[in-house]
Amino acid sequence: MTTRKDQAVTRRGGSDTVGRGTDSPSSWGLGDGQAIPWEYAPAPESRDIVQLQARYGLFIGGKEVAPKSEQWFTTIDPSTEEPLAEIARAGLEDVESAVTAARRAFRRSWGELPGRERAKYLFRIARILQERSREFAVLETLNGGKPIKESRDVDVPLAAAHFWYYAGWADKLEYAFPGRPNPKPLGVAAQVIPWNFPLLILAWKIAPALAAGNTIILKPASSTPLTALLFADVCRQADLPAGVVNIITGPGEIGLALVSHPDIDKVAFTGSTVVGKTIGRALAGSDKALTLELGGKAANIVFDDAALDQAIEGVVNGIFFNQGEVCCAGSRLFVQESIADEFIGRLKDRLSTLRVGDPMDKNTDVGAINNAAQLAKIEELVEAGIAEGADIYQPACELPARGFFVRPTLFTNVAQSSRIAQEEIFGPVLSVLTFRTPDEAIEKANNTAYGLSAGVWTEKGSRILAMTKRLRAGVVWANTFNRFDPTSPFGGYKESGYGREGGVPGLLAYLDTGEGH
Amino acid sequence: MAARDPSGVAPARIPVRKTYKLYVGGQFPRSESGRSYVVRAADGTPLANAVRGSRKDLRDAVRTARGAFPGWDAKTAMNRGQVLYRVAELMEGRREQSEAEVAAAEGLSIEAAREQVDRSIDRWVWYAGWADKITQLLGTVNPVGASYFDFSFPEATGVVGVVAPESSSLLGLVSRLAPAVVGGNAVVVLASEGRPLPAVTLSEVLATSDVPPGVINILTGWRRELVPILAGHMDVNAIDAWGVPFEMRQALEESAVENIKRVARPPRGDVERFDWLDDARAQRPEWIAAFLETKTVWHPIGV
Repeated sequence: MTTRKDQAVTRRGGSDTVGRGTDSPSSWGLGDGQAIPWEYAPAPESRDIVQLQARYGLFIGGKEVAPKSEQWFTTIDPSTEEPLAEIARAGLEDVESAVTAARRAFRRSWGELPGRERAKYLFRIARILQERSREFAVLETLNGGKPIKESRDVDVPLAAAHFWYYAGWADKLEYAFPGRPNPKPLGVAAQVIPWNFPLLILAWKIAPALAAGNTIILKPASSTPLTALLFADVCRQADLPAGVVNIITGPGEIGLALVSHPDIDKVAFTGSTVVGKTIGRALAGSDKALTLELGGKAANIVFDDAALDQAIEGVVNGIFFNQGEVCCAGSRLFVQESIADEFIGRLKDRLSTLRVGDPMDKNTDVGAINNAAQLAKIEELVEAGIAEGADIYQPACELPARGFFVRPTLFTNVAQSSRIAQEEIFGPVLSVLTFRTPDEAIEKANNTAYGLSAGVWTEKGSRILAMTKRLRAGVVWANTFNRFDPTSPFGGYKESGYGREGGVPGLLAYLDTGEGH
Repeated sequence: MAARDPSGVAPARIPVRKTYKLYVGGQFPRSESGRSYVVRAADGTPLANAVRGSRKDLRDAVRTARGAFPGWDAKTAMNRGQVLYRVAELMEGRREQSEAEVAAAEGLSIEAAREQVDRSIDRWVWYAGWADKITQLLGTVNPVGASYFDFSFPEATGVVGVVAPESSSLLGLVSRLAPAVVGGNAVVVLASEGRPLPAVTLSEVLATSDVPPGVINILTGWRRELVPILAGHMDVNAIDAWGVPFEMRQALEESAVENIKRVARPPRGDVERFDWLDDARAQRPEWIAAFLETKTVWHPIGV
């Protein structure tokens, strides 16, 4: 981009224009694409509540241990690129120790503990997460780049809620699956999780696994290890028996070594479809149980009878929540043709009010991209969108000089075959397409290898249900988007993965009900 | 409850005894009737005076429960679960008093009384966990033979009268009270007539917990006075008859018919010998379901 940072960017058919985004009237009474003409005072959250160690070892057998590999790497704050701490880089010997500790804990304590007592440990963990919520929220934002208001209001409370919900299942497993009254834990579970919701996905993985009676080795993403390592301290505070939860840190290949270890009974992975397939190949022929929660390219479908203000908010939340680094992000918007111009105009207005910047600022809507590689990928796909002839719009906003930031981006005139309509960008980039009939919307929405989530916006209930039935996606939100709850199963169709997390099906992924499957 | 000194010499410090009162609307009134009765330990020793609640006290309690029902029912399931779990947290902190009262009332050793209290606490935890799961167990999506989305889910029935088991003064009470409350009902409890003190101490735990005032109301008194009033009350939706003496059962059921009360009854056999320590029998999701209605919703599907 050659444009000034404080002006909106629009580019149509290769010609640059600066300043005005659209000709439609603005609901704010302001020129489109102009920044709101008042300034917010900074409202930074204090980071004092977080006491960072200089170095973090591995959490194996209930203790923090130095890596046998004797290797370390640095974890940073993506909004400043400043180092935060040194993190152990686990080697193969460390994987071995972790698996041994988990196996021993499964045999000696956890696997035999009555569900009634397991439940109480999980309730303790839920309570400690609630008690230390501020600390977790601040650390999550420091290490991950997401806005503090999101880690504070979404990630941390939902993580606690997941432990809460599954705590209550630990002593009720005989009721979970009618006709299968004697479910058993699988054994030792290896769990590999991504950097977009480090604590929340940790909770999605660990809570049902422990409730079902398994022991765990968890590997957080290499760019976001800190809340997982703070969670190790929660396990200690809860007096969880040693070895029930083990946390090892390191790059992707350590995750692959972990899931490939012969003494693992269950593998759960959340991340990209490419890596999911690699894991699937590595496990082929083994008896390991596997669940995969992979990428997505969700369609958000807006009909002409939708409540437009509500739909605008939902579409914006759908793609800019967590900088769009969400597997179920509503990255493809399908607007009914009759309202497309008005809707896109309003959308641009709304984009111009998003506050991009310091994730620790309580007013920030869009924070930092998690890591440099991801920023490069987003920028590459944005360039590809322009090269393939789509029209780009980015609102005026000042980006911080350091850190990994990108402007909220909207593409119109996007071809169905364009890379930005087919590939998961995992960033704050929305591709807008149009449709005329419900059949056309379904055809286009389902025309992707993914099938994680979708959204439908209409005031007509019967239409919601008809669309829901035909959308090939694991979660469909109607007149809302990006809602999560521990009681509600989440997971994908097609290449978005298999298995579900949350609700009763989330429990099944960690149980042997004796019936095969 | 201090033992009497036969020598007649006053001890150096006179203990302050507790007044055992009713628990209605989050407060501890005495009976408007001004009556009480003597509560004795299993060995016949007098323990304390308990309030002999009147029919007016009972009607006040039902009115209070009705007022508290909508707010409790409207809370999210997870929230109700957290509130029940908090009861367990607070009971754990006051367990010595409950142990002493259960031991005296039921003639148990302190170890046996401790087990009763342990399991009472664990039972609150067990039912707390059901708050956000019972709908998943009982709810259904019904594949009707036409283009409709049709689903059924449980909802609280309203105000429930719980006549607590007579002999198991704490564990029996908690085992019947928690399933009625967790589903969103507001409850009026008639405590064990002969062994009411653990129930009154439980009410003191409830008063400092997060259970909203009026959601659980606990009365002490005579069954033969109070059960007929509860059974005939037109604003009570359901009645838990586990603690109703056998000879009162038929009259209770006849009164209950007047406003089609749901009546939860114990399995056949001697309820006084029911083993409340047997988790497999004494904590059941069906006991939650007994105080729930099923609602079915139909909605057309079509563009």
